[in-house]
Amino acid sequence: MNVPSELKYTKDHEWAQKDGAKITIGITDHAQSALGDVVFVDLPAVGRDLRSGETFGTVESIKAVSDLFSPLAGKVVAVNSELGDDASVVNKDPYKRGWMIKIEPSDATAFEKLLDSAAYQSLLK
Amino acid sequence: MSKRTPLFEEHKKLNGRIVDFGGWELPVQYTGVIDEHVACRTACGLFDVSHMGEFFVDGPGSVDFVNFLVTNDVSKISVLQAQYTVMCFETGGIVDDLVIYKRGPEKILLVVNAANIDKDFAWVSKQLEANRSKFPNVKLSNESARYSQIAVQGPRAAEIVQKLTKANLSEVKTYWFCESTVLDSIPAIIARTGYTGEDGFEIYAAWDAAPQIWRALLEVGTPLGMKPCGLGARDTLRLEMKYPLYGHELSDTTNPLEAGLGWVVKLDKPDFIGKSALVENKAKGFSRALVGIKLIERGIPRQGYPVKSADGIAIGELTSGTQSPSLKEPIGIAYIKTANASVGSIVGVEIRGQIVKAEVVKTPFYQKKKP
Repeated sequence: MNVPSELKYTKDHEWAQKDGAKITIGITDHAQSALGDVVFVDLPAVGRDLRSGETFGTVESIKAVSDLFSPLAGKVVAVNSELGDDASVVNKDPYKRGWMIKIEPSDATAFEKLLDSAAYQSLLK
Repeated sequence: MSKRTPLFEEHKKLNGRIVDFGGWELPVQYTGVIDEHVACRTACGLFDVSHMGEFFVDGPGSVDFVNFLVTNDVSKISVLQAQYTVMCFETGGIVDDLVIYKRGPEKILLVVNAANIDKDFAWVSKQLEANRSKFPNVKLSNESARYSQIAVQGPRAAEIVQKLTKANLSEVKTYWFCESTVLDSIPAIIARTGYTGEDGFEIYAAWDAAPQIWRALLEVGTPLGMKPCGLGARDTLRLEMKYPLYGHELSDTTNPLEAGLGWVVKLDKPDFIGKSALVENKAKGFSRALVGIKLIERGIPRQGYPVKSADGIAIGELTSGTQSPSLKEPIGIAYIKTANASVGSIVGVEIRGQIVKAEVVKTPFYQKKKP
């Protein structure tokens, strides 16, 4: 499984990447592989305030429905509309084109407390 | 302790993702559900269905006994012909749906769902004992552990299976079968039956012969576009045809008439289990019907989601649902109130608290392309 070292992770298989003042969030390579063919992604409206760990949407494969949990508290400032047209991008490119939301975190230091790639990788063993 | 089919090691070799399915360790997918589904629709799919149950009914009186057990008219089929049917409780609720193969004038093979093998065998045994005086010479045996089953389905299935047998498969019509051999010497029942909506065959052979047959099929089929298919594709293929699945559309509290299986219920044949309940049911009419729906708005319908009328009143529930790989649209099967069940009727599906607009549509969802 691909676990890029520059990203942070949650035990629920989301990744988070710092992008200036914003945090980009998606699901990991492991998560997309476990789900199988992703056919639907339901994302929140821009402007919604999320608590840390709150469900912000769902991702569905042919067989399964899975909730998406926000790694951090913050306000949604962008959602990936490309996934509405072609959800399979989540399978093909989970860390780049398959991103899901961008948030402005309410606590800028919380990001550092997420799992690093080594810690996440050890969860997968 | 979960059970394994004779092809378990083959599935592992092919990187099948093994899941528990009613106590059986089976692959849900190999390369991906959509990929496998499309292979079956356009070329060929190879399925391990060895978990299915096989019962033999043998001896004078067998046809009459099976005809008493099931709703369809077994007396209408010839030797080497198959028939889809259900068997009911006295209440009209469904014990199981099954396929009957008439192997001789008084020799019948019943193929039942894997999850129901024990329940079905107990039920059939009980009926035979209760009616022993009428059927003194009928022998019943559960051969499920001795028989494997491999399904080869899709437009290229006949071409592929033909490479393994000397039987002339062009003479085997849909819902007929032959008793022959594969790979020169392995006795097999080769039946033109299946659960995908495609032309295809189901091959019944001894449990231990399955790996050899499976590998030979892969060898001749792979160059023709055949792919091994897991339970995921098996489910989406049957769903696109609105074929019912026990535990979803069918159960001990659903009857075959409301499930849209009136065509396998022959109320004019001699007495059978559940007949009086079904006659009464038919006379009274039904409060609900099993329909196909398509979502008009975004979402994917799933089993258990509530269905509401346009004005928000509860009218039923989804029994199955998915994103159709062939149509690329969200489709589902639901029991809903008869008043809302006509094609074109607009309903709502409740998905995580939101009402998503849907339409009752004609089924099967998927129409096979004319060759």
